[in-house]
Amino acid sequence: MVVESPVNYLNVRHSVASWLLTTDHKRIGLMYGIFVTIAFMVGGIFGTMIRLELTTPQGDLMAADTYNRMFTMHGVTMVFFVLIPAVPAILGNFVMPLMIGAKDVAFPKLNLLSWYIFVTGFIFTLTAMILGGVDTGWTFYTPYSSQGSESNVLITGIGVFITGFSSILTGLNFMVTIHRMRAPGMTWFRLPLFIWALYSTSLVMVLGTPVIAITLLMLVLERGLHLGIFDPRLGGDPVLFQHLFWFYSHPAVYIMILPPMGVISEVIACFSRKSVFGYSFVAFSSLAIAVFGFLVWAHHLFVAGISPYSALIFSFLSFAVSIPSAVKTFNWTATLYKGAIWWKTPMMFALGFLGLFVIGGLTGLFLASLGLDIYLTDTYFVVAHFHYIMVGGAIMGYFAGLHYWWPKMTGRMYNDSLGKFAALLIFVGFNLTFGPQFILGYLGMPRRYHMYPPEFQVLNVLSSAGASILAVGYVLPAMYFLYSLKWGAKAGANPWKATGLEWTTQSPPLPENFAETPVVTEGAYAYSKREMKVA
Amino acid sequence: MPNGAVAAHGEHQNHHPALQHHFEDLEQQHEASTLGMWLFLVTEVMFFGGLILAYTLYRIWYPAAWALGSEELNIYLGGFNTVVLIGSSLTMALAVRSAQTGARRATVGWLLFTMSLGLTFLVVKFFEYKEKFELNHVPGPNFRFEGAESPHVQIFFSLYFALTGVHALHMVIGFVLLSVIATMAYRKRFSPEWYTPVELAGLYWHFVDIVWIFLFPLLYLVDRSHRIV
Repeated sequence: MVVESPVNYLNVRHSVASWLLTTDHKRIGLMYGIFVTIAFMVGGIFGTMIRLELTTPQGDLMAADTYNRMFTMHGVTMVFFVLIPAVPAILGNFVMPLMIGAKDVAFPKLNLLSWYIFVTGFIFTLTAMILGGVDTGWTFYTPYSSQGSESNVLITGIGVFITGFSSILTGLNFMVTIHRMRAPGMTWFRLPLFIWALYSTSLVMVLGTPVIAITLLMLVLERGLHLGIFDPRLGGDPVLFQHLFWFYSHPAVYIMILPPMGVISEVIACFSRKSVFGYSFVAFSSLAIAVFGFLVWAHHLFVAGISPYSALIFSFLSFAVSIPSAVKTFNWTATLYKGAIWWKTPMMFALGFLGLFVIGGLTGLFLASLGLDIYLTDTYFVVAHFHYIMVGGAIMGYFAGLHYWWPKMTGRMYNDSLGKFAALLIFVGFNLTFGPQFILGYLGMPRRYHMYPPEFQVLNVLSSAGASILAVGYVLPAMYFLYSLKWGAKAGANPWKATGLEWTTQSPPLPENFAETPVVTEGAYAYSKREMKVA
Repeated sequence: MPNGAVAAHGEHQNHHPALQHHFEDLEQQHEASTLGMWLFLVTEVMFFGGLILAYTLYRIWYPAAWALGSEELNIYLGGFNTVVLIGSSLTMALAVRSAQTGARRATVGWLLFTMSLGLTFLVVKFFEYKEKFELNHVPGPNFRFEGAESPHVQIFFSLYFALTGVHALHMVIGFVLLSVIATMAYRKRFSPEWYTPVELAGLYWHFVDIVWIFLFPLLYLVDRSHRIV
């Protein structure tokens, strides 16, 4: 039994300064949580505006130019300020040192600095939005972004540039922590799979993010001084921007999806009461995704006039990256097989993830094939595909993790029935929102237009209706989580009877995580099906 | 409980003053810091890599403009700066060695020497930039260059200023970093047991040197062979 100390990381100090100057990875994780939640709401509002406009074929809610700003700001906010930081910076920061038995990350001050950099970048981007927004699409393609657009490209670009450094430093910090801070006995192959996923993600952050930083710097200089680097009239190459942009932004998709995949491994093992099937395959598939992920970027450029030979190679490599993803999916399914399934909220989200990720992944194969991609490029098929990965996959995984570790973070239980209901709402609402978009795209509806032919209306109305269900599904957890903070039942150290070092310390954890440094003697998922579940 | 508190306090007294609480020992702290610095340098390689990719593409597209632009750079000043920086890497290495052997005065001395070489580099770079401003070779609305290759030469100079500008920024940061390290060394913060910051500053400084060793031929020595022969 864990001996409860009255002092934990939340009540050890109370002043505002004790939060703003904290170097405790757990507090920093929560502080990211606040800003990511704000960004999620802001991005959600822009998304709502898109769906409202598309309920009717005419452009009756907003002008075309306003609509351009809406989808751009939706994308910028959701990608750079929600999807990229959500799992690594909130959940990773909170549980990673706990999971490996460390007192903190390797560089706690740097960790705090990352948070300040993140907030600074966010403020820049919000300022750009308040000043009228940006209309280039979240991809900032040149030459429109460097000369045509009259919106706030400069401030937004600088905001995203700054935020990138937060990502770089977090990745660096995590890699060093995982290498050097593991508790005695915590060998690489005893690490929880969430740690493997975070490690792979950090690799992508460290190798990829500097490239987007320098690219945005070039864009900012080009826009300010008209240098000609990306301007075809002056001999520059706009496609170079696309290459540089996607060299980061495609791997960034794996920054978004790898950590939730790690969460799913934890949750499925715990709620099947089984060890993850093929542990080392799942571990190495994370690394494989990180490495392959760097070699597929030009599949975003199949219609940009790249050479047919390189298109062929990039198409092949894009198919290849599906192999490690499929390894994970099959191994999770095999873990469920003959497991003692325990129907709790985190498990509901994890199963939802599996369903949506499979659809998102398989439709990715459509887009990786050269011929079909030319037909589907810039249609709603693409929009549906990446939402299945980024929202259906990444956000479902984030919610699974949040519901799994909430008792550890706060020491309180939320209402499980409401949690399951929210998971169901999100799953149904999500499919209703984005399922019809596959058909719309296949029928030829292009993305990024505020009007469409009347025959597309039925499917668009279905999509908007689904979005309203989705919105309820996202608001509901916010409510029961807040409620649980004050009135939730005490969680105790290990409410899920889970393995893993984070469950061996009290909830909420001590300021220094463990009373004494733990010693690890067995693998990550030493579950026994005979072990009785708590009611 | 009071006994435990005393014991914990006593244990704390035995710690090296530089050991941070979340590390078990100095060795772990040293290894973590060193790995962190190497990873940081990897991100720097990727950062410069983006610019060098753009450089490579346009050099292949516009070899004539690259030769013309390169001719405008002062090979003697560039060469002098290369020698200065390689020399500063030597003095930096000697500073790290002195810290390792506990020679405090030598450490401070070599660090100051390294800083003065860094400053020399920056002063020379300033005069090179100044000349470019006077000749209107700075990209932007005032850019002037005779001939049909003018727009492409502007791309050359854009990349010249981006690459050397980002490099010079790293030099300035390195200068500030070394001044902090030199102050710490002067205040007897380092010992043969613990001199990690000196070593890490050295890694950073060598990296910035290496970047210049790439930049000098890439920018100054394009198509110059006929001059040497």
